[in-house]
Amino acid sequence: MSYLINNLDLVGKLFLQHLQLTLIVLFFALIIGIPLGVALARIKWLQGPVMGVLGVIYTIPSLSLFVLLIPVFGLGTTPAVVALTAYAQLLLVRNWLVGLTSINPAVLEAARGMGMSGWQRFWQVEFPLALPMLLVGVRLVVLSSIGIGTIAAFINAGGLGVLLFEGVITANYNKIFSGAVAVTVLSLTANYGIRTIERRAERSIHGAQVNH
Amino acid sequence: MTYASSNTQESRVTQSGEIFFDDVSKTFESEGVPAVDGVSLQVPAGDLVVFLGPSGSGKTTLLKMVNRLYEPSKGKIWIGNEDIQGLPINDLRRQIGYVIQQVGLFPHMTVQKNISVVPRLLDWDKGHIQTRVEMLLDLTGLPDSYLERYPNQLSGGEQQRVGLARALAADPDILLMDEPFAALDAINRERLQKELLRLHCKLNKTILFVTHDVEEALLLADKIAVLREGKLVQYDTPIALVTRPKNSFIEELVGTDNILRRLSLVSIKSVIKAQARESSRKMTHTQKHDNVPTIDLEGDLRSALSLLLSSGSDYLRVVDSSGKEQGQIGMKDLKEMLASNQLVEKNKCDELSD
Ligand SMILES: Nc1ncnc2c1ncn2[C@@H]1O[C@H](COP(=O)(O)OP(=O)(O)OP(=O)(O)O)[C@@H](O)[C@H]1O
Ligand SMILES: [Mg+2]
Repeated sequence: MSYLINNLDLVGKLFLQHLQLTLIVLFFALIIGIPLGVALARIKWLQGPVMGVLGVIYTIPSLSLFVLLIPVFGLGTTPAVVALTAYAQLLLVRNWLVGLTSINPAVLEAARGMGMSGWQRFWQVEFPLALPMLLVGVRLVVLSSIGIGTIAAFINAGGLGVLLFEGVITANYNKIFSGAVAVTVLSLTANYGIRTIERRAERSIHGAQVNH
Repeated sequence: MTYASSNTQESRVTQSGEIFFDDVSKTFESEGVPAVDGVSLQVPAGDLVVFLGPSGSGKTTLLKMVNRLYEPSKGKIWIGNEDIQGLPINDLRRQIGYVIQQVGLFPHMTVQKNISVVPRLLDWDKGHIQTRVEMLLDLTGLPDSYLERYPNQLSGGEQQRVGLARALAADPDILLMDEPFAALDAINRERLQKELLRLHCKLNKTILFVTHDVEEALLLADKIAVLREGKLVQYDTPIALVTRPKNSFIEELVGTDNILRRLSLVSIKSVIKAQARESSRKMTHTQKHDNVPTIDLEGDLRSALSLLLSSGSDYLRVVDSSGKEQGQIGMKDLKEMLASNQLVEKNKCDELSD
């Protein structure tokens, strides 16, 4: 505990670095995953192969993936972002796709029959109805990126993993403990925050509770 | 407050409720046989035409070609003078109301938002939309307090009323309804059928209505198009279908030998009128007048038969809506009517006056 108190500046800096890495990963994951999910929902035969590839990527151990990317992207944040974004796709796309494909077909047929354009159908109907599942994906992406992100310290991407690695090398258990506490705080806060948004989104699609 | 919403007429891509199917066929790629096969059909503006037929006979497919959810493989569909193929697809759909069995309300939108979808797509101004929505709630028999409710807070019957209000929102000339009441319980179904008739008589919209329920078809239709394996078998008024079926398929489908069904298609009014023509006729009934049950002039012969049997009376006094006696009807009249084959179809809208 004393380490944490004495090095609050450093821990705080690494905490923010870790958060930043996670948000950058989330940003790219969404940029790629949202259109990918929409494409898969439309083009059914692509679902099997694409989800298969994403699944295979997800099974590559993180340390190996980081190391594999070094020749291409060098050391630092870039390979970490690339690797974490690649992992994120399975979690994000799988949930988003479930959200999109589980929309009642009658609702979509009504939307089409009433003369909504493809774009209007997406923003006014599909997106809001699939949003809760997208948020489930977002939460999993954030949590897994926080977790796997600690290992990114190994390739100089910074973040709270620095405390863990240095602690192990120097046998400084206080340092390890501080790092672990900080990672846990980050995860729990993120989980709670996103859960809250998820619930709100869920409520907005199911309307208020039924009063009998 | 009038029903029509005048300021939307200019932007319309069609100007009429008349629909003409010209040798329309549809073959789905995955299927070998056509789902709709050479159907030609003229639907006069303002008529309620029912597509009737067994499951898989192509009713839905034929209907969905009108708002171009499906495109014909062959043939053309005209609305007024417009070949719908040449119209901008979403403009066309926004002026055709569409109601389906599963309702398909948007679960994340309130009743108010659901009903106003098409007016919002058409960029109506807020005040106009608001009065329109309130008018439609009233028209479909829903209380104003439902405006802020979500679809999951409504019963099945109420949801379908909202579905109907939503379809009517932009004051379309044409309404497409695909088994809209099939999922409702008998009481709600009957209630909504009556409401639909009332709306149809009042609004004079062209309605294409799909069902495989013969009773429903006979009750609602101005004309019935019977489909079988994608082909149009007979296109006629309910009474012509029952009295002059084209073949044994129709006979079995509509149950032409069913006396009750035939009686239910004839109004008491037409019998009274026929009696008035042979003025020589004397009132021969001897029962004490006070005990004779009365029946409404606007009813049909089936309800008259039922009352005759249940009351044990020899005849019924026929009264109009003000309670004034217009004539009498007895078992003999029913028999004559059935034998004469000169059935005069009851006017659906008459029954609903007031
Ligand atoms: N989207 C589709 N793709 C392939 N075949 C279809 C499609 N829609 C309908 N069909 C086929 O076309 C035929 C007619 O179907 P349609 O849905 O029009 O029948 P229907 O009269 O509405 O039947 P039901 O009373 O069961 O609703 C059926 O053989 C059906 O399998
Ligand atoms: Mg159907």
